[in-house]
Amino acid sequence: MPEPLIYDLGAPGRTGVGMPAPDVPLADLPAGLVRENLPLPELGELEALRHLTRLSQLNHSILTGFYPLGSCTMKYNPIVNEETARLGGFAHAHPLQPAEMMQGSLAVMYHLQEWLKEIGGFAAVSLQPAAGAQGELAGVLMIRAYHASRGETQRNKVLIPDSAHGTNPATSAMSGYRVVEIPSDARGNLDLEALKAECDDTLAALMLTNPNTLGLFEEQVQEAIEAVHAAGGLVYGDGANMNALLGIARPGDLGVDVLHYNLHKTFTTPHGGGGPGSGPVGVAAHLADFLPGPIVGIEEEGSEEMGPVYGWHQPPKSIGRLKAFHGQFGMHVRAFTYILMQGAEGLRSVAEHAVLNGNYLRVKLQGAYKVPYDRVCMHEVVLEGRWADAPDIHALDIAKRLMDFGFHPPTNYFPLIVREALMIEPTETESKEVLDAFVDAMLKIAEEAHTTPELLQQAPHTTKYGRMDEVKAARQLVLCCEIPKEVAVSE
Amino acid sequence: MKYPSDVKYTKNDEWVRVEGENATVGISDYAQDQLSDIVYVDFSAAPGANVAQGATFAGVESVKAAADIYMPVDGEVIEVNSALAQKPEAINSDPYGEAWLAKVKLTNPSQLDSLMDAAAYGAYCKERSA
Amino acid sequence: MTFVPHTDSDRQQMLEAIGVKSIADLFSAVPQKFRFPKLNLPAPLTEMEALGELKGIADANESADDLVSFLGAGAYHHYIPAGVDSILRRGEYYTAYTPYQPEISQGTLQAIFEYQSLIVALTGMEVSNASHYDGATALAEAVNMSRAIHRGARNKVILSPGIHPQYRAVVHTYEDGGDLQFVGEDLDLSAGPDALIDLIDEQTGLVCVAYPDFFGRVYDYTKLAEAAHAKGALLAVSANPTALGLLKPPGEMGADIVTGEGQPLGIPLSFGGPYLGILTTRNQYVRQIAGRLVGETVDNRGQRGFVLTLSTREQHIKREKASSNICTNQGLMMLAATTYLSLLGKSGLRQVAESCFHKAHYAAVEISKLKGFGLKFKDAFFHEFVIESPIPAAELNLRLLERGIIGGYDLGNDYKGMQNCVLLAVTELNSKEEIDYLVETLAEVAHA
Repeated sequence: MPEPLIYDLGAPGRTGVGMPAPDVPLADLPAGLVRENLPLPELGELEALRHLTRLSQLNHSILTGFYPLGSCTMKYNPIVNEETARLGGFAHAHPLQPAEMMQGSLAVMYHLQEWLKEIGGFAAVSLQPAAGAQGELAGVLMIRAYHASRGETQRNKVLIPDSAHGTNPATSAMSGYRVVEIPSDARGNLDLEALKAECDDTLAALMLTNPNTLGLFEEQVQEAIEAVHAAGGLVYGDGANMNALLGIARPGDLGVDVLHYNLHKTFTTPHGGGGPGSGPVGVAAHLADFLPGPIVGIEEEGSEEMGPVYGWHQPPKSIGRLKAFHGQFGMHVRAFTYILMQGAEGLRSVAEHAVLNGNYLRVKLQGAYKVPYDRVCMHEVVLEGRWADAPDIHALDIAKRLMDFGFHPPTNYFPLIVREALMIEPTETESKEVLDAFVDAMLKIAEEAHTTPELLQQAPHTTKYGRMDEVKAARQLVLCCEIPKEVAVSE
Repeated sequence: MKYPSDVKYTKNDEWVRVEGENATVGISDYAQDQLSDIVYVDFSAAPGANVAQGATFAGVESVKAAADIYMPVDGEVIEVNSALAQKPEAINSDPYGEAWLAKVKLTNPSQLDSLMDAAAYGAYCKERSA
Repeated sequence: MTFVPHTDSDRQQMLEAIGVKSIADLFSAVPQKFRFPKLNLPAPLTEMEALGELKGIADANESADDLVSFLGAGAYHHYIPAGVDSILRRGEYYTAYTPYQPEISQGTLQAIFEYQSLIVALTGMEVSNASHYDGATALAEAVNMSRAIHRGARNKVILSPGIHPQYRAVVHTYEDGGDLQFVGEDLDLSAGPDALIDLIDEQTGLVCVAYPDFFGRVYDYTKLAEAAHAKGALLAVSANPTALGLLKPPGEMGADIVTGEGQPLGIPLSFGGPYLGILTTRNQYVRQIAGRLVGETVDNRGQRGFVLTLSTREQHIKREKASSNICTNQGLMMLAATTYLSLLGKSGLRQVAESCFHKAHYAAVEISKLKGFGLKFKDAFFHEFVIESPIPAAELNLRLLERGIIGGYDLGNDYKGMQNCVLLAVTELNSKEEIDYLVETLAEVAHA
């Protein structure tokens, strides 16, 4: 029995949370502007909360099971983060209060900026971007502003590897750039010769994900960056995979000019069922003046007795604002809390164990599954979900069958350059026991694919819902409940 | 997979059927199969528009993919098959018949010579599914 | 404080399975001279120490919790029912990601579907997306949508000067690389929507207004919508959802796109984020809307269920041809708004809206009685209004603060000639006592 829709619950006149009547004389409502219908549902408090609680139980989540969704870094989100972000001083802080009253919030932002500079090897950081995709937009807009400031407006193309996330080309196009795709070579690296052939005076930037979406460290990263720089271009780093680099290598040291972090991947802010993300950008010195602002700076140095005084600082050639106010501040508090608990050694241990877990799955699964780029990987491994002797089985079937074993499937059909891709990112917070249980399930599924393929094709079997008809959803669009039409507002 | 011999084919999997000075254009059986269930069709060129060979005149979408459809030869659009908006699944069931996309007046018929015939196109599709 | 569960024996067994001697051996692809940098970060703390440290930092803020506040300007201090956070704290929601696998994500999917429904009901529109970053970026996406709807023709966009200055700034950042021309921002602030009608021509793709506007004023935009449509242009309205509990929805006025900041729907001020971008439109433009959409369908057992749909609009399929690069939504904030609206329902939201309205009007009447003070505009307003003070706003706010009141927004920051103008917001959380205290204090400080 599916959970009813909210518009099928409740009863006329019922209310969940009552509000006090106004304690002031009543004013006249504006003539002609008062709405006649407010067709919202009418539920009791228990009814509403039970409904939403029951719905929650239909979700797989990190807290309920292993979630090796490649490229998304589904690791444990420390509960204490949820406490710190809700502290009254932060949760009730108005974004437009004067900086002098908000020294706590500014201190969090200042230190987070400093730490992200240190972790990535950058000269400056802005916390404003709302998500990774917006961090990318910030980065590409900065690159364009930088070239324009040097009179090099002929630079009109951005190079993007064929393994890249879709946000890279979408962002470049949004920013008015032409996208040129660069192929990958046989070892899963960016094809250096193809890259060099595009390095001319129309080159604006290379967008590089390292480790790339195959889970591999780019073996010629220095040569690639040097070639781009020699042609006058800049290198944008997609920080989606920073979890593998914490304390291992700093993108800024490698020559990356601008990079976005995903606080919701690397720094444990919750994924929230699809957001909020948070996508701060770090930049080398030559881009610092272009950062989206305002950012937090020190107005007055502190002394032994008194901390410094923080204030807002607008970078002089800023590309402008990317969202209202100061970014996803609640996520800044969470990431700050996490880094505070890790320190330098803790962060390095995070990356080391993420990579250890990734490689452990690689060696345990290779053989039963084809690993198309078979070398030491970083934090994730990409397999092919197909076999010549089981021609009717697709990556999708494997993914669905995994649900019967209680696991969330890996990312499938991405990266696009691997046929029937299964992209598995275990993260460092999963124990060997969990990985072994996952390996057992994957091996069993590989066997079933050959012996009882229909088990996979009909999967999942044990979940509350089976495969959804996506074609029907798209052909007969129903995007909301039926909203009651002729219901007068009850007085 | 069907490759009827009364039409010519492009590398982008469109077909064109010549009827005197005019021609009908659509996408091939191979193309619909690759896209899987089509859920949406959209025309970017209206009747009266002159569309050059290789320019986009329509787009089709399945739940997993979106594809631009290119004009196989220069032509002036006479009619587009607007009935497909209500019945996009016809592209899956009858790509060479009911689900034609546009009728055009040929403005450069010599371009037809560079297109593939059924045999060549069939071989081209087999090569790609290997 | 580590969250890595590995024991020494686990590590040893795993390294043996991989066939390397040490974890460091896994990083040989990293150029040696850059490998294992020493990071200069503070020594790690335990959970207990970290919480203590954060409490100390949070206490350095003087927030709306500690003081009486009349500050709004796009972020509002409202009562949040206790039930809202109880739902947000459920790990099944906040530690899940985008519902790519519908069989095991029906909780998030149905919650989004219900959010879409509630927002459609509130705005009077036909389609809502699964949410956007915030009110400002939702408006920028409205501009992108309009360009996609007009297929690149019509390069003129009219922006009312009554739109939040930060929202307009974001629109400019987003569109800086394009060919759009923006007009209207320098119009006289007292001119009202009729002045916008005069700017609409055959090149106009979109007219953008706010409801209530940045100064709290409310207008019926029906005539504006008709004028835009007559010239083939669209109307986008950036609305405050609390106001829609009481006021005629923009959908009834003929708006083509309604955006808004959903923060007032159960989301704490949290120093400006995370908030909630509302983005809605008409059925005919559903393919041009940015961000995720959830649609109803059935599973292979015949049960009703929900999936992400029309994904072909999005970046992971369209790549460089997508009209937006957005990837996430504000899932958790969407859930807060859904819970808030479910708990308040029809009568509760109306009560909140009326309470805000009456209290704000009481405050406005009382303040305008004070010598030297007056209301800047005569138009109808919702829960915010502009007062003209006998002394500069900055000074007025400082003096209010000395007496424990967070004053209003200093409009001199953004508008020429408004150095003495303050934008005050009143919500259901401001008691009559607080309002009376504000009025008394204003009288005192202005003539001190």
